[in-house]
Amino acid sequence: MGLQRSEEELAGKSRKAQLIQVSKNYRSVIRACMEDMHQAAISTRDPALQGQYSTQVSILSAMELIWNLCEILFVEAATAGALLLRLLDWVRLHVCDVDSMVREVLSSESPSKHKLFWNVVDVFVLQGRMDEARHLLSKEASANPTSMNMYKILDDLMKKMPVPSLGNTQTLTELELKWQHWHEECQRYLQDGTFASNPHMESICKILLGDEDAILEKKELMTTWYHFLVTRLLYSHPTVKPMELRFYAQSSMDLFLGGENSPEPLDMILMAAFEFEMHQVIKECSIVLSNWWFVAHLTDLLDHCKLLQSHNLYFGSNMREFLLLEYASGLFSHHSLWQLGVDYFDHCPEFGRVYLELHIERIPLSTEQKALKVLRICEQRQMHEQVRSICKIMAMKALRNNRLGSALSWSIRAKDAAFATLISDRFLKDYCERGCFSDLDLIDNLGPSMLLSDRLTFLGKYREFHRLYGEKRFPEAARLLLTLMTAHIAPCSFWMTLLTDALPLLEQKEVIFSAEQTYELMRCLEDLTAGNPDKQKFQDDDIETTKVEMLRLALARNLARVIVKEGTVEGS
Amino acid sequence: MATCSSDQSVKVWDKSENGDWHCTASWKTHSGSVWRVTWAHPEFGQVLASCSFDRTAAVWEEIVGESNDKLRGQSHWVKRTTLVDSRTSVTDVKFAPKHMGLMLATCSADGVVRIYEAPDVMNLSQWSLQHEISCKLSCSCISWNPSSSRAHSPMIAVGSDDNSPNILAKVQIYEYNENTRKYAKAEALMTVTDPVHDIAFAPNLGRSFHILAVATKDVRIFTLKPLRKELTSSGGLTKFEIHIVAQFDNHNSQVWRVSWNITGTVLASSGDDGCVRLWKANYMDNWKCTGILKGNGSPVNGSSQQGIFNASLGSANTSLQNSLNGSSASRKQS
Repeated sequence: MGLQRSEEELAGKSRKAQLIQVSKNYRSVIRACMEDMHQAAISTRDPALQGQYSTQVSILSAMELIWNLCEILFVEAATAGALLLRLLDWVRLHVCDVDSMVREVLSSESPSKHKLFWNVVDVFVLQGRMDEARHLLSKEASANPTSMNMYKILDDLMKKMPVPSLGNTQTLTELELKWQHWHEECQRYLQDGTFASNPHMESICKILLGDEDAILEKKELMTTWYHFLVTRLLYSHPTVKPMELRFYAQSSMDLFLGGENSPEPLDMILMAAFEFEMHQVIKECSIVLSNWWFVAHLTDLLDHCKLLQSHNLYFGSNMREFLLLEYASGLFSHHSLWQLGVDYFDHCPEFGRVYLELHIERIPLSTEQKALKVLRICEQRQMHEQVRSICKIMAMKALRNNRLGSALSWSIRAKDAAFATLISDRFLKDYCERGCFSDLDLIDNLGPSMLLSDRLTFLGKYREFHRLYGEKRFPEAARLLLTLMTAHIAPCSFWMTLLTDALPLLEQKEVIFSAEQTYELMRCLEDLTAGNPDKQKFQDDDIETTKVEMLRLALARNLARVIVKEGTVEGS
Repeated sequence: MATCSSDQSVKVWDKSENGDWHCTASWKTHSGSVWRVTWAHPEFGQVLASCSFDRTAAVWEEIVGESNDKLRGQSHWVKRTTLVDSRTSVTDVKFAPKHMGLMLATCSADGVVRIYEAPDVMNLSQWSLQHEISCKLSCSCISWNPSSSRAHSPMIAVGSDDNSPNILAKVQIYEYNENTRKYAKAEALMTVTDPVHDIAFAPNLGRSFHILAVATKDVRIFTLKPLRKELTSSGGLTKFEIHIVAQFDNHNSQVWRVSWNITGTVLASSGDDGCVRLWKANYMDNWKCTGILKGNGSPVNGSSQQGIFNASLGSANTSLQNSLNGSSASRKQS
């Protein structure tokens, strides 16, 4: 689904606040996706698509629910006191089937006359939203002056209810003491029959006392067993410690489901979280979710909180890596998300690199830009073999399509001397056949990479010769030509062509080759012809002999002229 | 993608931008059923090898044709060489890992494995027979060990579908011996006595041991751990410690092909039950089935889905949804 929109920054996360922030970021990403999905769901006409989107929204919602709980219990590791407050927030945020009902009642003309009035009050009480409950009750009180007395007492009780505070202004012991007193006070009022005439208020009082049956009666308003759990804790054990959660959780679920329904996977996941069985949470999530995103990122976060290692199982951080590798591998099959996958692999210390090496070679290189992008990534990580391989593949592709220039530049990048030689040979062959070079720009600008292979050097220099000739810088051209042969840069097969190229220089009005140079040329010619007679192509026999004769003649004539020239003393 | 068939032809398919597959080439390759077709590494160009009942194996190269062909989405393949040394049906052909150069191995029904090399990678018409290995049993499949680690010599696994009632090991491992410059038998998997239809080494991610998958009457996965090379007079053949790490008979019928993904973490198997099954090990090295696909590509419901099918919302997800009926599906934050 491409849920991952933000990039993971894994460096320097040592402080809890930072981790909590990261966790919150993840959750907001999930929420953003949920919103998008929801928009898509309501805007689409296709019922099948709508169903699909709605399913996705529910899954995302469940994911956020689980993540949020994990954040509270594991990342933040809320302690007694704060724990309850966080859990209350959690419930308020996620159980919202009642929202529409609440809105309806609040926006009606006289809320206290609404048939759902008491339901809404109950909802507020169950969720510990005392102020809102009291506010509604005050409306009821003003409408029914007869119950003013009862109302005042109830209101007072609700106002006085001790709750954990975040500011550390009271210790747990203090809170417990206060709470005990308050509890007893409520008890007295109830037993005195203060609320006997108003069953609604009586039930609220019972809830305040943490009466399980009274709370359970409001099952429909709570809708889930974990809501029930939190309400129970609020009204019977507000100073609950994290490690005590598991007992309350188990009994809450049993009481709530009452044996008629069996727990769903989501319930099992949440239960595992309450029991602080992190591995269980991850395992269950892996089974149920069809995408590695959730478990990979959650595990990674927990690992950074140093929580997985403390669980005494040796594969703690191995599991993180395992999941991240899975997730990242999945990204590589996507035409653009693979780039994200690279970062993930970078952060997997054991197998990340080798996984990256394998995957990056397999990315389809449909365009040059993509190839260059991939290459940059490999070069940054010193993956020389992959660079070589990719360049080779691109060079081969270019060669097959007869794009010699492209092939050459790829083989230079691959530092593949053998291939460069091959392509240079092709260039030279093309020249022999067609009399001109293709891809002049490339050859002209080879620079130091010319030295990659001898043949390539020759190609570059030969092209330089042609350029010099074109610019009419004959002496330099002549010198270069000679060097090509005498320094053995030119392959023997090419000497004939070079000598033939010398012809026009020999025929110039001005003498270009010095005597010594002419002697060299002659020697080259003799080497060539004396060398292997059977190397000559039979069909070109006549042409070859004519060429050789012409050359000999031209060389002799040049020699004659140059001797005279060099022997002449310039006019003083 | 290349496919081959008993209609004697090979077809090459390309995937277009929108994900559709088109057949860009289809040509008759042999005068008998084509058993296997395999790609060479793209470093050597677009090269295929095929082997057939007609006792030959052939190497093909794509040539870039007229621009008209390109527009019509067609490509041309020419035969570069035919390998005719076998006297019986050639049952498998596989290119060696690219670090060994341009090399391929064939195996035949008469039990001979032949290894050829093209010394000039630019000239695909020159192949020379470098090794002939006699396996004594009719061969059905081969697999090169893709590991390019210097610690391992080239290794090739050979499977046999010999049907005669004997208890000879149907999987043999041959290793190249640097000293004798020959391939010699290093190991035989004695526990595999049923006809073998396919074998595949898994890609090696820096493991010290090898993993080999075998397709026989069931799916089997072996690990081969090299022990210290014995200092025998011939200069040391590696001895292996062999363990079977998984055996699955879920296909409930003959398993015909096995194939690994790039990282060697997922194995796919196909069987006579018409299904493709995917196998994966978790981080505790326990292998499990992670997906079943029917012949038309649709997943089989009820299988535990572990993230292989990112697109599908299978049965696993509906159970999650049911439990969410308590929490709101339409989140409207006030």
